[in-house]
Amino acid sequence: MIVDLTQMQPGKTGTIKEIQGGPGLTRKLQSMGIRPGKNITKVSSHFGRGPQTIEIDNMQIAVGFGIAKKIFVEIAR
Amino acid sequence: MNIEKILLVGNPNVGKSTIFSRLTGAKVIISNYPGTTVEFSQGHLKLGDKHILIIDVPGTYTLNPTSSAEEVAVRMLKEGDIIINVIDATNLERNLYLTLELLERNIPVIVALNMWDDTKHKGITINVEKLEEQLGVPVVPTCGLTNEGIKKLIDRIPEAKANTIPPLTDEERWQKIGKIVEASQKLTHRHHTFLERLEDLTIKPFTGLPIAVCVIYCAFWIIRFIGESLIGYIFEPLFENLWLPLMMKLSTLLGEHTFFHNILIGNFIEGKIDFGLSFGLLTTGIFIPIGVVLPYIFSFYLVLGIMEDLGYLPRLAVLVDNFMHHLGLHGYAIIPFILGLGCNVPGALATRILEGRREKFIAATLMAIAIPCMAQTAMIIGLVGPRGWKYVAIIFFTLFVLLVVKGLILNKILKGASPEIIIEIPPYRMPQLQAIIKKLWMRLQGFLMEALPLVLLGVLFVNVLYTLKIIDLFADIFSPILNNLWGLPKEAVSALIVGFLRKDVAVGMLGPLNLTTKQLVVGSTILAVYFPCIATYMVLIRELGVKDMLKTTLIMITVALLTGALLNLIL
Repeated sequence: MIVDLTQMQPGKTGTIKEIQGGPGLTRKLQSMGIRPGKNITKVSSHFGRGPQTIEIDNMQIAVGFGIAKKIFVEIAR
Repeated sequence: MNIEKILLVGNPNVGKSTIFSRLTGAKVIISNYPGTTVEFSQGHLKLGDKHILIIDVPGTYTLNPTSSAEEVAVRMLKEGDIIINVIDATNLERNLYLTLELLERNIPVIVALNMWDDTKHKGITINVEKLEEQLGVPVVPTCGLTNEGIKKLIDRIPEAKANTIPPLTDEERWQKIGKIVEASQKLTHRHHTFLERLEDLTIKPFTGLPIAVCVIYCAFWIIRFIGESLIGYIFEPLFENLWLPLMMKLSTLLGEHTFFHNILIGNFIEGKIDFGLSFGLLTTGIFIPIGVVLPYIFSFYLVLGIMEDLGYLPRLAVLVDNFMHHLGLHGYAIIPFILGLGCNVPGALATRILEGRREKFIAATLMAIAIPCMAQTAMIIGLVGPRGWKYVAIIFFTLFVLLVVKGLILNKILKGASPEIIIEIPPYRMPQLQAIIKKLWMRLQGFLMEALPLVLLGVLFVNVLYTLKIIDLFADIFSPILNNLWGLPKEAVSALIVGFLRKDVAVGMLGPLNLTTKQLVVGSTILAVYFPCIATYMVLIRELGVKDMLKTTLIMITVALLTGALLNLIL
């Protein structure tokens, strides 16, 4: 099942499939280690349209809601 | 190879500044959040019989900058003879991206594999020889906090070399990194530590928000407790029992109403010296910065230092992100705000961690108007506090409302949208006593060296203005605004004039005017709002440019006029 990051439940793990952003955003995310093929765990999701926190390679990153909408993840079973 | 300049380059929050301070002995602010260093700092390292310039560069993830702090980093690159690429050993893969970009540029590189001590408890094993072989440049494991590996790093600096790899595409770069990591790193499973559990609790909204409220409440309480205790038990007794007798002797020596008495001791209040009201250089001029402000500067920076080193600030930023979007900012803009609560100058500099011009403008304007620095806060507490804490609360509540309302308005009228937050949340680290004390001492020193002379200048300036009757002239010109709009006596103009120089002295000048409580509240609020001090203003001109700063200035004046009038009507 592929969902965007905002739809992922906290605690779930998955693999990034696609980032649907402009080249600037994609590069920025990539340079921080967020890129297709990486395993991530969703840590938390903030109220309203708040930021989403993920864990990737031992490191936590918070991304804004709008950006999280552009990151698509295949949920691990 | 002739080495004259060495640059420290790496991702944000990997410990560049710690290594910089180890290499050079130079004092720089080191904290546990990305974006602590927004300006490069330089120092010297003695290597053999040569002095080499070492430059600490703001952190960046790539050589394609996305914020003005990162732009500084990339611009600096051309200047180095050698680059010490500091990488976080617990996060090899991501850090190597920048390393490869550097290697593609044909500059000699040596890699400091920092935070080496953290790899053990994170279950990471790195084969340093393999990594060195793969990268083709020297790799030295280091731990900036404990000084481990620093000597070896220095010894191997001359071995730094350019391992020119042809420019790669993103795809190729990640593939290469994948191979390097696979060859040199092994991960093993391990259990969560206490700090890691705390990390989870403070970032999840259901637990994080209540904890944040507690942390902020406790922080204020501790700052106030330490500040008040220092004043009550140490500074007041010192001034009353040691300094006062000395000043009385000097006063007798000089003779009341002589020129030097007026300048050095000031006016007698009810027949004696009053440190708050006399306004002489050696009485009020010393008492304000040392007796009132310094204790609060101490307690504020002590608490801030602990929170910075623990790594709490980025978590707070995430928790307030949603709210900050309404003000046209994202959560990370609380970093300049929080630093601004200590002093607006570092606050203004910290706006560099924000991405766009619009965001910087909003953050700088909001901070300059609605964030009172600790010097001002301490004076407000000292002056208004005795009339009731309710009134201190009214002042700060008004400032908070101003911050929100102005943010909402600016966000509506300025073109564009607020960018979204993307920040790395560092792991919690136990604050080290020695590091905390060192940082606190640097900040106290900064206050004494930069603020004390300005305070004295401010007090001297007041005396000159009064002696030459210039104050009366201004008082008459501005009396319509002061009297009719704000309900203040026209003499309050002197505080407004001095407020350009120092806000603490300005608030102190409201003391001798015999104001009602309402007038004190109105006056203190206006002093906070109408203009930042000159030091902040100069930094803001540099950061925003003259044109944007003129806009900000207009906003400040408008806000001051309106707020003063409103408070005068409501209270």
